[in-house]
Amino acid sequence: MSTLFGVILPYAAIAIFILGILYKVVKWGRSAVPFRIPTTCAQAETLPWIKRKPHEKLDNPSNNLAMVGRMLLEVLIFRSLWRNTRAEIKADKQKLIYSGSKFLWLFGLLFHWSLLVILIRHCRLFFEPVPWILDVVENIDGMFEIVIPTLYLTDIIILLAVTYLFFRRVVFSQMRYISLLADYFALLLIGGVAVTGVCLRIFFHTDVEAVKELAMSVLRFSPEVPEQSISWLFYLHLAMVCTLLAYFPFSKLMHAAGIFFSPTRNMANTNRVKRHVNPWDYPVKVHPYHEYEEEFHDKMEQAGLPLEKE
Amino acid sequence: MSDEVTSREELLKTIDYVPAQQDLYKPNLEFRPGTWNYPANPKKMEHLELPYPREWSPPDLDWKLPENWKEIILKGMEERLNRYRSLRVYLDICVRCGACADKCHFYLGSGDPKNMPVARTELMRSVYRRYFTVGGKLLGGAAGGRELTEDVLKEWFYYYYQCTECRRCSVFCPYGIDTCEITMMGRELLNLVGLNINWIVEPLSNCFRTGNHLGIQPHAFADTIEFAVEDVEDVTGIKVDAPMNRKGAEILFVVPSADYFAEPHWYTFLGYLMLFHELGLDYTLSTYASEGGNFGLFHSAEMMKRLNNKIYAEAERLGVKWILGGECGHMWRVIHQYMDTINGPADFLEVPKSPITGTVFENAKATKMTHIAEFTADLIKNNKLKLDPSRNDQWKITYHDSCNPARAMGLLEEPRYIINNVANNFYEMPENTIREKTFCCGSGSGLGTDENLEMRLRGGLPRGNAVKYVKDRYGVNILTCMCAIDKATLPAVCDYWAGDVAVGGIHELVGNALIMKDEQKPRTVDVRGDPLPSVEGSEEGDE
Ligand code: SF4
Ligand code: SF4
Ligand code: SF4
Repeated sequence: MSTLFGVILPYAAIAIFILGILYKVVKWGRSAVPFRIPTTCAQAETLPWIKRKPHEKLDNPSNNLAMVGRMLLEVLIFRSLWRNTRAEIKADKQKLIYSGSKFLWLFGLLFHWSLLVILIRHCRLFFEPVPWILDVVENIDGMFEIVIPTLYLTDIIILLAVTYLFFRRVVFSQMRYISLLADYFALLLIGGVAVTGVCLRIFFHTDVEAVKELAMSVLRFSPEVPEQSISWLFYLHLAMVCTLLAYFPFSKLMHAAGIFFSPTRNMANTNRVKRHVNPWDYPVKVHPYHEYEEEFHDKMEQAGLPLEKE
Repeated sequence: MSDEVTSREELLKTIDYVPAQQDLYKPNLEFRPGTWNYPANPKKMEHLELPYPREWSPPDLDWKLPENWKEIILKGMEERLNRYRSLRVYLDICVRCGACADKCHFYLGSGDPKNMPVARTELMRSVYRRYFTVGGKLLGGAAGGRELTEDVLKEWFYYYYQCTECRRCSVFCPYGIDTCEITMMGRELLNLVGLNINWIVEPLSNCFRTGNHLGIQPHAFADTIEFAVEDVEDVTGIKVDAPMNRKGAEILFVVPSADYFAEPHWYTFLGYLMLFHELGLDYTLSTYASEGGNFGLFHSAEMMKRLNNKIYAEAERLGVKWILGGECGHMWRVIHQYMDTINGPADFLEVPKSPITGTVFENAKATKMTHIAEFTADLIKNNKLKLDPSRNDQWKITYHDSCNPARAMGLLEEPRYIINNVANNFYEMPENTIREKTFCCGSGSGLGTDENLEMRLRGGLPRGNAVKYVKDRYGVNILTCMCAIDKATLPAVCDYWAGDVAVGGIHELVGNALIMKDEQKPRTVDVRGDPLPSVEGSEEGDE
């Protein structure tokens, strides 16, 4: 039992995770980028006296450095989502109104950042001795001790965020319309991982030392299931994580890698400055001038237009 | 058609952002008149050698698809998945967060949930899952996969011709997913089985043959330019020169064909002619490259390349140094983002340099084509133009950023700088409706037909509503823009949603304000031939 859930499943999941991502990324990489198609979200660099604010230089990058800046903003603080608005129609007043709508941005950001911190915290299971930086992260995250043992801030945040992200799909009719099974599944799975994780800390305290032993042995490729018993809840937690890992490469969760491949964001607006080559360009049938002049020769002559052939 | 369109109050009441239908994957097959475009004329398709030309109509049960249509589409998809990273990545990574949902003007104007960009993409993504991903192949519907059926294809046709490729959704998407890319691919796939619309194919065929979408032959082109010259003379008393096909000129000037054929584009065209005369610019127009616009963009990458080819070819034949381009939206998407790649490098040209100010347009170093707004803004900045902004006092002006110059270039400040220098009364529309967040006219990407009027007006709602806002607030009476399609279609949108707001171009205002050396008498009319306010005022005073 414990070998299956503690050793075989994790190995399989990690293998699928890594190979799956590689497979996808290679697929994306192999697809050509025939044209340079950045979406420009501010004034371009044109005439030198047209001054641009710093954010404009990133929203419409004129070189690769600025493009990297734009990507960083996108990845770290969800720049585009920050623009979000909500449209409302007031038929009686014949008005269409757009109001700022930052909840998705806020909860999206909270969700992803706490996920990251939680991942970092979990790294301590794989290091002996534990690097000091992990202690720092953990201490900050555990600053507000609410229940004993420490209930991490990020645990609360991620549970809140997942709940919001789930309910907006159920409550808002537009969201319900576009949500697929896969969208609920991903949220439920992550929610499940978070809930079991929190339970492990607070209600069913698990032998962390034993878990760490297992984790490190798996990492060393000499898996050993420790003698102390590890609770079934832990194995449930782990099984869900493994499902998530294996599911990741074949799902929308790949947006994490995909954003780096998005041509509207990862290309600088150097369109008229630098030549971009289309690798699969091929000659096409055109209508050359001499054929045109041949057809319209007499009419052109009468109209007094210059001709190649008199 | 127009008499069938309901009043704006009635139309507004039909819009509900709570989706009525609940199943994203059930094809919608309601082809209501007023919401789709006529299929392409088979003759025009034959002229361009497009596959499967035939007579058919969307409401018909039988679309007369080729026997192996499914195979063609799936093969086409596979090919494009390998050719366009955008397609593959965007089909893979959408999380359905909904940030793009209420950003599309067609959704805002119709309330049809399949017009949410995420849903528009999902129409293709479901098919992608079913045929190109492991999960979809194994689990089908449970993994969000959907069988490719004739009904699905019909739905593609409906919704991929209900997207103006404006890229507004892509501004708001956290991953930059650009539904325009999906629509482009969707249209290319539909084209493979002969499903085209005429308003795209006919201009393509015209343009291929005569050099412009309207099918104007060279002698007729010369005539219309002659009319423009006369119109300039009526306004200014000056007979300007408008050279055509002239070898050895310094600059080739390319405009969208509507500029010299339609109203209110015409006034902008007069503005160009006046400006160039005043500068003594060494330029030429071309009858062969008489179209800057490129409906190929709305059809396929290949067609775009076939048409765009004429511009560089003509520049080389005429031996010009660089190219200047007029006011247009999608034309500039093609020039800025595609031209050098598809038909360059233009090594025979030089980096554009203004002969008047000496400014070198470094931002066009490779493509060698400069936008007229950049060119004129530079002139004004260097004090090369004498301007009388009061000659635009008849106008209270607002400015519509056309999607393509805004979201595919970032040409935002130049037009505003020009307006502020040539006119006194300029008012911006609300922040969420301008610059990179600008709303499309609702008729772009080849959808500006009469038979599609209801959908166009619905798509025009966000823009029209913003115009109404500045009209009510500041008394705005003209909406200026730099896009040929906008100038053609926004009058209907403004009329319907705001009422009594004219549409004009930037260089129309430039033409009005420009004080010309050779002018003998004070100007009494604007480029539209309407009396100037100062004149009206003084006449009253004289009496
Ligand atoms: S904003 Fe982007 S990720 Fe979100 S639903 Fe739209 S396309 Fe998908
Ligand atoms: S590109 Fe424009 S029209 Fe098309 S889905 Fe996006 S917002 Fe709508
Ligand atoms: S016609 Fe104008 S507003 Fe409409 S899509 Fe094209 S550029 Fe945008």
